Amino acid sequence: MLITCPYCGPRDVIEFTYQGDGNRERPQPASQNLDAWNAYVYDRLNPAGDHNEIWQHSGGCRAHLRVVRNTLTHEVLSTAFARGGHKTESRS
Amino acid sequence: MAEHQLPERQSPLEPEYHPGSHGNFEHGVDVILSETRPGSILQLAAWAGEEKRLIEVVRKVTGLALPDGAGGGVGNGARAAFGFAPGKFTVVDEAEGLAQAFAGAITPAIGTLTDLSHGRTAIRIAGPKAEWVMAKFFAIDFALPAFPLGAGRSTNHHDIFAQIQRSGADQFDIYVFRSFARSFWKALCHASEEVGYEVQ
Ligand SMILES: [Zn+2]
Repeated sequence: MLITCPYCGPRDVIEFTYQGDGNRERPQPASQNLDAWNAYVYDRLNPAGDHNEIWQHSGGCRAHLRVVRNTLTHEVLSTAFARGGHKTESRS
Repeated sequence: MAEHQLPERQSPLEPEYHPGSHGNFEHGVDVILSETRPGSILQLAAWAGEEKRLIEVVRKVTGLALPDGAGGGVGNGARAAFGFAPGKFTVVDEAEGLAQAFAGAITPAIGTLTDLSHGRTAIRIAGPKAEWVMAKFFAIDFALPAFPLGAGRSTNHHDIFAQIQRSGADQFDIYVFRSFARSFWKALCHASEEVGYEVQ
């Protein structure tokens, strides 16, 4: 599996670290909304298909990336820097 | 200025650094390995949006025209610079004291300067089989069109992080953590045995 880092270009997956589901919305640090925190920590879509994910190019430029990966085929559909803060759009 | 000189550095490679020809060199030496021991190795980082100002500071302080773009780099023999991550650059000088030269120029509004002169070890591999040996170590494309002269790459070899700059058509400079440098060096020597190597 290759992930194309926006800075480094295509690299083997071994250079990357999975940082989790990219669909999560972290509540404000002061939030006492337990449902929101519960959803942030536990609720996952677990789709069989395109999935928004956060990866870090930990063995390369160390940038955090938004990656859309198909969980059935491992096809990587898009990559972008995460620093913009915007979610990557899925194909669907 | 002698009182301001840094203590003399010892090479972490020293116990395993054996000048001379090694491996299968009966038909010639196809790579030359050496430690370049630059006096200054700096890491510069620009805040988001300040990259061009930092590149301008590098030009003013070192005279190096750093190309703007992912992994862009340049060298003139004595000094070298290359991008290794978004907004981040490695700048190297044969001489000590480059951090002092940058200190007033990189203002807090532009970014940061980290002096890694004592934290990194610089290893050079040169020769007709340099690309071949490097390709055994790192899963990146070392062909000249994909990895142009002066360009930099961040990658790793068995979890030993490495920054690589192409400093010649058949020459690469590899920057590794000092604490891992001897292990990396030994592995590089083993990898070079099949083509015949000389340590200079
Ligand atoms: Zn990268």
